[in-house]
Amino acid sequence: MTTGSTYQAVTANRLRDGVTVYFTALGAWSTAIGDAAHAEDATDLLAAAAAQPLEAVGAYVIAVEKADRGLRPVGLREQIRAFGPTV
Amino acid sequence: MYRYDEFDRRFLEERVAQYRGQVARRLNGQLTEEEFRPLRLRNGLYLQLHAYMLRVSIPYGTLSAEQVRMLAHVARKYDRGYGHFTTRQNIQYNWIKLDETPDLLADLATVEMHGIQTSGNCIRNITSDPFAGVAIDEIEDPRPYCEIIRQWSTLHPEFSWLPRKFKIAVSAALQDRAAVHVHDIGLYLKRSEAGEVGFEVLVGGGLGRTPIVGKVLRDFIPVRHLLSYLEAILRVYNAYGRRDNIYKARIKILVQALGVEKMRDAVEAEWAAMDHTPLDLAEETVAAIVRQFAPPAYAAAGADDEAALAASVEADADFARWVRHNVFPHKQPGYAVVTISLKPLGRPPGDASAEQLDLIADLSETHGFSEVRVTHEQNLVLPDVRRGDLAALYRALAAAGLGASNIGLASDIIACPGLDYCSLANARSIPVAERLGEHLAAREEEIGPMKIKISGCINACGHHHVGHIGILGVDKNGEEFYQITVGGSADENAAIGGIVGKAVPSEGVNGAVDKLLDVYMRLREDGEELPATYRRVGAEPFKEAVYGAV
Repeated sequence: MTTGSTYQAVTANRLRDGVTVYFTALGAWSTAIGDAAHAEDATDLLAAAAAQPLEAVGAYVIAVEKADRGLRPVGLREQIRAFGPTV
Repeated sequence: MYRYDEFDRRFLEERVAQYRGQVARRLNGQLTEEEFRPLRLRNGLYLQLHAYMLRVSIPYGTLSAEQVRMLAHVARKYDRGYGHFTTRQNIQYNWIKLDETPDLLADLATVEMHGIQTSGNCIRNITSDPFAGVAIDEIEDPRPYCEIIRQWSTLHPEFSWLPRKFKIAVSAALQDRAAVHVHDIGLYLKRSEAGEVGFEVLVGGGLGRTPIVGKVLRDFIPVRHLLSYLEAILRVYNAYGRRDNIYKARIKILVQALGVEKMRDAVEAEWAAMDHTPLDLAEETVAAIVRQFAPPAYAAAGADDEAALAASVEADADFARWVRHNVFPHKQPGYAVVTISLKPLGRPPGDASAEQLDLIADLSETHGFSEVRVTHEQNLVLPDVRRGDLAALYRALAAAGLGASNIGLASDIIACPGLDYCSLANARSIPVAERLGEHLAAREEEIGPMKIKISGCINACGHHHVGHIGILGVDKNGEEFYQITVGGSADENAAIGGIVGKAVPSEGVNGAVDKLLDVYMRLREDGEELPATYRRVGAEPFKEAVYGAV
């Protein structure tokens, strides 16, 4: 169940192991999408994330929505990145 | 098989040391990602959806038992316990950590393996017939020539920055088990009328967004001129191939633009003008490589082998089915070629666990000469199995989940990693393959030979264009749809399949394939495989079956 509202968050892959990570409100990276900072416009988040090139690779903005258990990416590709392969 | 000399070993050790320094500098910030990316790619390390992916080169799909055990070790120590064999006879690991890759590559180097030239715009792994050296129909063993091409193309200074990647395949026989027609250069071993061994040279084949069947550039090039002629082709491509548009950069686009006649003229002119001397292959040079692939010490056929085999077939229906589909003739009396299916029902095509790899390495020693082959159809081959050992081998494989008896049948599906792993994919491949394989298994013997190939994007790593039935995943407004083609073929009668109609949703794939197969089985003539039926009756009956009257 989602609220229907979509937001933006910032994701990347962690440099040392490639794991999917999300930029948090504390200015760090987390492997849990539930920790992701989200906003209607993530331009500032992306700029802050890009200032940490040693932590993560290829930061970009994704669409997220609020679901029963917290944030959930919009779209299958990002859902697979967040929750792992479906097989 | 070919073994590295001291030069090869030292080069690989130096390469690992160089890479170790590059990784250290990336991790401490001395190298930016932009600077580091081409360096890691040159060693086969990609960044995918969930982790780094390492592609390890398996030259012409040939592995020693020792190398197979190392692949198991890598799966166990550096990955999640498995690896994925690819349509270019390589293996990929999906869960690699960058900071562990220097140690991983050092481990691989101890068994003469690496990821060099498994990425980048260079000449990639040379692929070939997985039955090389043992096929009853081969002209000659192609592996020595593959090895010669490998040595020539490795770090070739002129061809390390081509307009785009470049793939070469070599067929051992007229029956093409290496998909030669869909490579940038395809080589068919052949004999001239005078009996001299050489190659028919095809150029400009390829899949991806512009699928094209390769065209004959030269009817015959003798072995001694192989490298100089390849060099002439690469020079023409390097000079005239497009670098302004990645989608137009493969040699197939150049051949399409020039026409094969002008391409031939350009290559012949280059070849005539260049100094062949440094590249001409002296007989003793070739002979030295050929000796590295000398046939093993085969034993005479056992007097009771055939009777024992017949009794086992009679007593065990599952074994009988495996013999029907997974066992192939061997040029040496008393021996068989066995293809181990990596397509168990409901499992990702082409995956093997560390435990399975260890077992296969053991079995290659007890039932062979410590050699394993990888097929471009994502299966493994034990090339030298005594016919009297087949029943014991089957029991050992089946106990480890490797007893699927489906080679060349509908559930022997090629599938790329798709959206579950690959950053380029638009849709998932593996779940579609798993569901379809399970769905078709009950009637696959009735269907007969059937090549189903699935790609998760237009880059076509799953070779969907040349599947008897091809399935291409596409993204339509965030939903997975699958475009279906029919009538393709990757063999010596290579053909690009025709699109049946508009893409179907994921849940519609099994039903659509059922309808295509029903048409084929209704219209086929004796012994006719689907591409031949398609050529004879045309596309309309297939389209009508899936979409109604057209």
